[in-house]
Order: sequence, then C-alpha cells, then structure tokens
Amino acid sequence: MPTITAWLQAAVATEERDGRADTRPVLEALAAAAAVLRAASWNADAAENGTASVAGARPDQQQ
Amino acid sequence: VTETRTIADLTRAFATRTVTSESVTRECLARIDRIGAATNAFITVLADRALAAARAADAEVAAGRLRGSLHGVPISLKDIIDVAGVPTTAASAVRRDHVAAHDAVIVQRLERAGAVIIGKTNLHEFALGPTNDESAFGPVHHPLDPSLSSGGSSGGSAVSVATGMSWASIGTDTGGSIRIPAAACGVVGLKPSFGDVPTDGVVPLSVSFDHVGPLCRSVADARLLFDVLSSVPDVAGPEPVPQAGAVRLGTPRDYFLEHLAPAVRAAFEQACDRLRDAGVTLDTVSIPAARETSPIYVYVALAEAAEYHARTIEAHPDRYTTPIRVRLQAGRHILAEDYLRAQRGRQRLVAEVDAALAGCDALLLPTLPVTAQPIGAATVRLGDWEDAIRTTMLRLTQLFNVTGHPALTMPMPPTTEGLPVGLQLVGRRGATRRLLDLAALVEPIAGHPFAC
Repeated sequence: MPTITAWLQAAVATEERDGRADTRPVLEALAAAAAVLRAASWNADAAENGTASVAGARPDQQQ
Repeated sequence: VTETRTIADLTRAFATRTVTSESVTRECLARIDRIGAATNAFITVLADRALAAARAADAEVAAGRLRGSLHGVPISLKDIIDVAGVPTTAASAVRRDHVAAHDAVIVQRLERAGAVIIGKTNLHEFALGPTNDESAFGPVHHPLDPSLSSGGSSGGSAVSVATGMSWASIGTDTGGSIRIPAAACGVVGLKPSFGDVPTDGVVPLSVSFDHVGPLCRSVADARLLFDVLSSVPDVAGPEPVPQAGAVRLGTPRDYFLEHLAPAVRAAFEQACDRLRDAGVTLDTVSIPAARETSPIYVYVALAEAAEYHARTIEAHPDRYTTPIRVRLQAGRHILAEDYLRAQRGRQRLVAEVDAALAGCDALLLPTLPVTAQPIGAATVRLGDWEDAIRTTMLRLTQLFNVTGHPALTMPMPPTTEGLPVGLQLVGRRGATRRLLDLAALVEPIAGHPFAC
C-alpha cells in the first residue's frame, strides 16, 4: 500500500509521461480525499475487535 | 390547458375530450420552437413521432380506451435514456454515432402508461457534473436568465418542465442530478429510494449511486410518475394522509446549514416557521459523518465511472470534453483498497442517516446552498467561505445517493430577485411512497405553486 504521497507522485508521473499533465489537479484532490478516508474512524483494524463494525450508528448517535 | 395544474387534471381533460393530446403536444412543440434554442434544453426533438403518438392517443380516447395514467401526456427524457432507433448521446461526442437498439425499461413503462415521448434533453456530459456547463452540445441556460446555469446534470429536463416544453421529464440522479436542476429551475424532483426504478437502458455513471426519477410540476405528478416507473408494487394501497400535527421532521443543522446563501437561509427558515405554525414538529438531528461524504462519494463514483469509460477513453480521449476526460483519467488511478474504504464509510453514513430518521418521519433541509449560479463559475463564495462549484452544488444532495434514501425537492417561494429555491425532504430507505405522502402534506404549507 503506497503512502498517499508516493501514490500521488506515481500517478502524476504516469499522466505526465503520457501527455496528460492536466490531470494533476484532480489527482491532488483525490490525494486529499484519500487522506480523509484513511484517517476515518470506520476503517477496519485487524488487531482490534469491534472497530471494523460500521453497521450500527456510533454509540453517541443512538437515541 | 395552461390552467390545468397536474397530469391527472390533464388526462381527465383528455378523457372528457375537453382537450386533445395532439393540441397539448403541439403546444409543447411550439414552446420548444420558441425557447428551445435559447435555453439549449433539447438535444433531439421527436416532433413527428410525438405527434403520431398523440394522434394515436386521441384515437384511443375516441374509441373509449385509455392506456394508463400518462395517456397522451408529453414527456421528455434526459438524453442518457435509451429509446429504440434514437441516438442516446449522453451529451458527448463519444456517442456521436450511437443509436439505441432497445427501449430502456422505464421507456417501456412510460409508453405502456400512454406517455408521448417528445424529445431528449441536454445534460452534463455523461451526467458527470452538477452544472450542465460541460456538454458536447453546449451548456443549458436558465429559463429566467440565460447567463445562469440550469444546474445539472439533468439541466435540460428541468428547463423543459419549468418552461412547459414538456409536462414532465425523466432524469437521473447520481449525486443530486435530478434535485439540483429541479431546485435551480423551480420544479419538483424526486430521487426514489435506491433500486426502486430500474436503470436498464440508462447510461451508467456510478452503479452504486445511480437513480432514475421524475422532474415535474407538483408532488402529485411525482407520485403518479413514480407509480409508473417503479418496480415496487403499491401493495399497502393508499395510506392515511398524514396530519400536520402528527408529523415530526428532523433538520440536520451541523454541516448542512453552515454555508448557505442568505436568500436560501431566509427561505428555509421561513418554510420551517410555516410548518411549525401548521402544527408540524421540527427537531434538530445530527449526522456526524456527513462531513466525510465528499471523499466517500468521489472515491466510489469516480472509480466506477472510470471502469465504465476505460476502454473508450483509451481509444478516443479527444472525444470527451477536457474536464470530463481529466476526471475519468484520474479515477483510473484509484486503488482498490481506497475504493473499499469508501464503501465501508458508506455503510457508516447509511447507519447515521437511518439513526437520524429513527425519531422523525423525514429530514428537512435546503436542496442547494445557493440559487442558480453563473454559467462557467469555478467557485462559490459565501462570506469568508469559498469552495469549488461542483462541491457546493453537491453539498446537500450527494449524501442521499451514497446512502440510497429517497429524497425530493420542491420549490419554495422565490427570492426577492425571483430566483427559485428548493426545499428537500428525505425519507426512510425503501419508503418512497411514504416520502411522497409527507411531501404532499408539506407542499401547500411551505411550497410554491408551479407556473410557466
């Protein structure tokens, strides 16, 4: 799994090599979105029970 | 004819032979002649076909036969929906040689119910955008001001309804593409619950988020059209009409109401006041993960769109408009792991919206943070806050594509400048008809009657 920085560098390099440098701003936006996704609380964690559960609302949302 | 407000009124007039389908269809075609080019709402006008269908509908009435609830009613289709023998351009040069071999399932259902298909409307290329600025056929212009965008991606559909070029239109909604132009142009738009209406024969954007639904003049028309389009039988039959005093609506204020144009905020608060005065209970609800909607949405939608377009974008990249090509090309770099992470986040959002709806009948919020925006605008500024036009237009709608909850927009009284403002109701998953019942209650209290 590449870091977001490495992913972005590789993607930009591929696009520039193929003459599509105009893709860069969208790739940068995707990199910023990936940072949010990877830091999110719902992500699975194979070392801990429970953190992978997303089917129920957060405890603080249950009424 | 112009006094008849609903499709049911119109078909009653046909049945009593007070008016003919041919005359109504001719009136729509005359409007297309007058304002179709100025608004750029239509890509293909099916005048001969529509007139033949209208005459056939009139002959059937004369013979005492009515095909269904849309008998003789002129309806337009977003040009992403297949009609056999007619091009489905998706507003893209990619499809310049395309002719559909079969009718989409929803077209079969519309024609079985008697609809007269009058033409195919302009859209944001491949439905990949909320402004309608990017189309191989040029942008769609707002009916009240040609310098403004209709909103998108079903922009031509919204304009065709708002101007009386058709009595209703069928659009698609992947991030808000029915509700956004409906709100910007002042008509009703329904995104049914995910899976209620089949997408067979409709060019996909994102298979996880694509919905098909109507744009029309009233909630009653939305109900009628949903009953024709839907695969979900109305087994329960008509439920008791909800009474205002027994209805509880939840407003998610955090995130959703943080950045609104002053005119939109004023219209929304006025709608809330009117509903309270009518006896409706309004609560504040919370959807904390809503702030993460945009990253979740973009990772699922762009990956799925990139998969659909991969072969074509390699062979003919020059046939896409540049902004669409760039987005699709970037989507091809999305990693499977991040796509699945977004799908997992989607489950969290579903759970949170379900929880927000657990204590109320529907959610109530504006449809758009702003009114119609200038064609070509790149960003929107509201006070100290500035964001991209795409993100802004999708901000209040895309969550419910991610979660699949049914959502409807209806016009509120316009701003002092005369621009439409949309009020959005969101119902429980799988309960589109219940949402329509609630919308029928809200419409006369907080809505604004259609006029064209």
